[in-house]
Formats: sequence, C-alpha cells, structure tokens
Amino acid sequence: MSRILATLEKRHALLAGGRAQRERLARVQLARTFEDALSSSGLLPLLATGVEILQINVGKRCNQTCRHCHVDAGPDRKEVMPRAVLEACLSFLERYRVPTLDITGGAPELHPDFREIVGRAADAGAHVIHRCNLTAILLPNYSDIPALLASRAVEIVASLPYFQARETDTQRGEGVFAESIEALHLLNSLGYGTGGDLRLNLVTNPVGTFLPGNQRELEAHWKHEMLRRYGVVFDNLYTITNMPISRFLDFLDERERTEEYLTRLANAYNPAAAAGVMCRNTLSVGYDGTLYDCDFNQMLDLPVESAVTRTIFDASMQQLAYRAIATGPHCFGCTAGAGSSCGGSVA
Amino acid sequence: MPHRTNYYDDADLARFGEIARGAPDLAKKFFDYYGAVFAEGALTTREKSLIALAVAHALQCPYCIDAYSKDALEKGSNIDQMTEAVHVACAIRGGSSLVHGVQMLNHADSLGM
Ligand code: SF4
Ligand code: SF4
Repeated sequence: MSRILATLEKRHALLAGGRAQRERLARVQLARTFEDALSSSGLLPLLATGVEILQINVGKRCNQTCRHCHVDAGPDRKEVMPRAVLEACLSFLERYRVPTLDITGGAPELHPDFREIVGRAADAGAHVIHRCNLTAILLPNYSDIPALLASRAVEIVASLPYFQARETDTQRGEGVFAESIEALHLLNSLGYGTGGDLRLNLVTNPVGTFLPGNQRELEAHWKHEMLRRYGVVFDNLYTITNMPISRFLDFLDERERTEEYLTRLANAYNPAAAAGVMCRNTLSVGYDGTLYDCDFNQMLDLPVESAVTRTIFDASMQQLAYRAIATGPHCFGCTAGAGSSCGGSVA
Repeated sequence: MPHRTNYYDDADLARFGEIARGAPDLAKKFFDYYGAVFAEGALTTREKSLIALAVAHALQCPYCIDAYSKDALEKGSNIDQMTEAVHVACAIRGGSSLVHGVQMLNHADSLGM
C-alpha cells in the first residue's frame, strides 16, 4: 500500500487511452445495451434538459493516485487547462448565467489559477463547487486555500471512501486518511459542515467491486461515526458508484471481474435513476476546451455529439441545452440501483 | 440439464427464484415476506444485513455467506464489524453447546450418589 503509484499513462498501460477503454467495455456481453435499456424506459434518445452546471476539469495533476481514479490522475500527469480555455469557460458562465460552476480535476487546487477561477466565478454570481481530495489543501503553498473557499462560500465536495484508515488508505494511499481527518478539522474550524452556509459534503465510494448502499441510511451512520471517532461534522454524504473506467477498469481486469461488475450494474438498471442522470443538466469541459456530456465521457474520449459545437470556444447554449447525450455501456454505472452522480444517488 | 458433480455451485445462488417453478404461491409469499423482513424498520438495513451474515455463519450456508458478505459491505459495514458479527454467531454456537452442559450436570447429579 504505497502512497503514490504510477499512472496508467506512465506505465504505458493498454487502458491508458479512452478509445482502448471503450473497446474493452464493448467486448463485455450484456443482456441488453444501455441504449436498449433507455429505450425500454422511453428515454431514448437521452436528451439534456438545460445547462445548470458547468463542470470544468482543470487538469489531471494530483498529489494522490487513488486506485479507482477514473481520470488516471497523479503527480506525473502534465495536463493543465491553459489560460485561453479558462477565459472561455468563465465567459460562457457569465454570458449564459449558468447557476453553478463545478471545478474538478485532478486536484483543482494545483492549477496555478485556481484562486482566480474561484474569485471570478463567485463575482459572476455563480454557485461554486470545489471537488476536494482533502490532502491537497494541506500541502505547502496551498494553506491559504481553505480560508479563500470559506470567504467565497464555495461548496466543498470532499472524497472520503470510508470512515476508517484501513479502507481509505487501501484505495487512496498510505496516510491519506489521517491527513483527511486533519483537513476536515481545519474545514470544521472555519465553519464548514456545521449546518450554515459553508457546505461540506463527503463522497463515499465502495472500496472494492461492490455497489454503494442506501445514501440516507449511510449518511446517518457516517455522521454518528465521524463525530464519535474524530469529532468531525459534515452536511451530506453522497454515495458514488465506481465507474468501470480508467484505473478502476484496469483493476477490474486485473481481478478478472470486469464482466461480473458490468453485468451487476446492468442488472441493477433503474429507470428512475436513468431519468435523473447528471449529464442531463451538466456540461463538462476538458482541460483542452473540448466539450463532453460528463467527466466520464471525457476520460473515454467521447465528446458531445453535436456536430457544430465541439469546444468551449464556439459553445452555443442553443445547440447544447437540449442536446442528445453520447452514451455507452459505462453509463450503467450511473443508473444502477439508486443511481450515481457527482451529487450522489439520484433516485 | 448437464450432469452435476458438486452439490454446491455458486451460480445456483442467482437461480434462487426458480424455486417458484413448483408451488409458486408459496414462493411468492416467501419472497414477499423476505423482502419485508429486510426493509428498514426499527432496525436499519445495515444492522439486518449483519444479523443475516451472523446467522449464515451459524447455519454455515455458503449461499448466504456469499450474498451477505457482499450485502454487508454494500450496506457500509467494514471487516471489523463483519468479523465481530461472525464471532457473535460463533459465541452463541459455542455457548449454546456449553450451556447444555448444565443438563449433563443435572443428569449426572440425579444419577450419582
Ligand atoms: S480520485 Fe481524485 S484524489 Fe484520487 S487520484 Fe483521482 S483525482 Fe486525485
Ligand atoms: S456516464 Fe455520463 S453520459 Fe453516461 S449516464 Fe453517466 S453522466 Fe450520463
């Protein structure tokens, strides 16, 4: 259980590229395709309902190398969103008054302009969400970030797979849990997670090849355990299904469980979850400005299908708001059971 | 149906529902009841799952151990909690044997001088 592992890209692994991952997923024999499942629930084509959330992936650099990471992020990744793309994202946000900016990565803090993005998006009146791995804000040179986030009332969505070190460190690297608790104490001391305006939500995903449990019940259990064991408080717990993409797909292949896992997801297809998938109200932007229906499609090199608007530079809300969404077998990860999204379960 | 060489096959677990081929009314009653038992009530579904895991070990049912190991993890339990549940099963099994030793003592006392 070492702290940092080589990314798939660094290892030149077979599944490092999005196309190779899609080809791998396509080889799994399922009883029906995702599109057949959508059709059986009257949802084909899957259409967006508007752009309420602009999610920008500011780069793949991260101070961790979690074993399930769908981004294949890590310290050895070089991708960083350039200035021009950032400006185009912020101008899209302002022009169309998109209510929410969701900043993801990698560890978004590591982007050199992270502070400016937060400030300008908040100035523009957007609700800002920061997807935080908890350990990055403890790094030298980043100690000002928590107070900045608090001053702009940025919502923090922080990853913590489990309320114990063993499970968390198995997935995220040795020592990550202890640092995460330190970061949570820091955020609590700033007022985060205490029931006021400073929202602190935790994200749990299974440490293994099983599905997440009932979000409401788990939240009650977690609140009790986090307070009892560590004196930590938070607002909501989001349960997220591990997506069969990138490093988790590689892990499934290594364990020879890809077929079983995909079948499990497909068998747990829930039409109510399908109706609420996050791509319907989200637009995702890659570090290079390419537009995607979600961060998962981004990692699979599956851009928006709209033939006209493919990048944030010429993005037109008219063409994007009600676009047809590009789907594939990985989408069963969003529709299994109570569903899964960046905001937890959906059904 | 191919000839089978093992009494237990993990693929049979997923075929549990086929029991409804005979006496379907009884199967329906059972599965409805089963679903109701495991729904959230005075106990959470996580607690019920741990009880099921413990009982599965007391009964040494490989189907139920398979199903409830997975289910307990999915319900948010961890290896410590699951192992403690198995120890509860073990303690009750062992204790229930041992406590019958009192019956043995009663017999011995009544037979002895
Ligand atoms: S899951 Fe998040 S914290 Fe972990 S390596 Fe990926 S981007 Fe970094
Ligand atoms: S994987 Fe992306 S496109 Fe597919 S259902 Fe989930 S959010 Fe939508």
